[in-house]
Amino acid sequence: MSKAVTAALKEKFPDAVQEVYEGVGGDDCAFVKKDAVAEVCRFLKEDPAMAFNMAPYVTAVDYLGQEPRFEVVYNLVSTQLNHRVRLRVKVPESDLSLPTVTHLWRGADWFERYCFDMYGIRFTGHPDMRRLLMYDEFVGHPLRKDYPLKGRQPLTKERDYRDVFRGPGPSGRD
Amino acid sequence: MAETDTLPAIATRREEATGFFQKLVSKGLGWARKNSLYQYPFVTACCGIEYMSLASARYDIARFGAEVPRFSPRQADLLLVVGTINCKQAPILQRVYEQMADPKWVIAYGVCASSGGFYDNYATVQGIDRLIPVDVYVPGCPPRPEQVLDGLMLLQQKIQDQEHKLIDRLPAPELARGR
Repeated sequence: MSKAVTAALKEKFPDAVQEVYEGVGGDDCAFVKKDAVAEVCRFLKEDPAMAFNMAPYVTAVDYLGQEPRFEVVYNLVSTQLNHRVRLRVKVPESDLSLPTVTHLWRGADWFERYCFDMYGIRFTGHPDMRRLLMYDEFVGHPLRKDYPLKGRQPLTKERDYRDVFRGPGPSGRD
Repeated sequence: MAETDTLPAIATRREEATGFFQKLVSKGLGWARKNSLYQYPFVTACCGIEYMSLASARYDIARFGAEVPRFSPRQADLLLVVGTINCKQAPILQRVYEQMADPKWVIAYGVCASSGGFYDNYATVQGIDRLIPVDVYVPGCPPRPEQVLDGLMLLQQKIQDQEHKLIDRLPAPELARGR
């Protein structure tokens, strides 16, 4: 991809955009400071030379053991100018909140709820900050690296039954 | 007195007759029930595609008298749990099972319903037998329709072999409760 988008970002926000590189597959990527996400996203959406009118995927990554621990990744596409960019925002565990982008891209709504559900990152200003996939009774955030792999939290009492293949009943298993 | 204790039990004519009728009724009821299984497909995942193949013309579950899917559990005899059940769905499945009228049977269709399959993670119930009693497990990911037909035939055999008590032999309080 051409470097036009990342170059413009670097020029417009010299402090907020920390590092610019070309990712695997040729996508333009940029590390953006946490405080400047709202501004950068607004610029990318509203500037006519950028015109990113779609956010096809917003997700999060847990780098357990590193500091800052979490990272939120915004993938943006412009269907008018046919270019795309990836913003990576480091989020420390001590302050798990980011400004929402749902007022810019309505489709980011569920992605932000997903990030909250799976990683516990809160998006301030989001209209409906609830869990997306797990049930409300669920405790914890299952895609965090320190959540136990088989940490099931059943909603109803499980039956005690004879199980000849998989060992003793629910209490002794897993 | 000791001699009378060791005497073999001799059935009276009345007991012989009721035994005969019981067998007759059991056979008749079993035959009627096994050939008119109304099913409730609880389809949650990709096994549903294979279920469609099973229900349509090529494999034709109608040959076994189970061709009518009832989309209300209150009208169904057979609960087909087709696909992965996760913890969020567990209360729903239990409620569907409880709504079905007796007599009722359950088939776990595919490995996910039988044992959780390869989803051994934070969200998936490790087999629906943790939630409701299961009669027949059909393995496979997804199972071939032949496997499911085999399972259905096993269930038919089970239904045929069940024993039914004659109502007039039950004690009075149980009759009053309608069992």
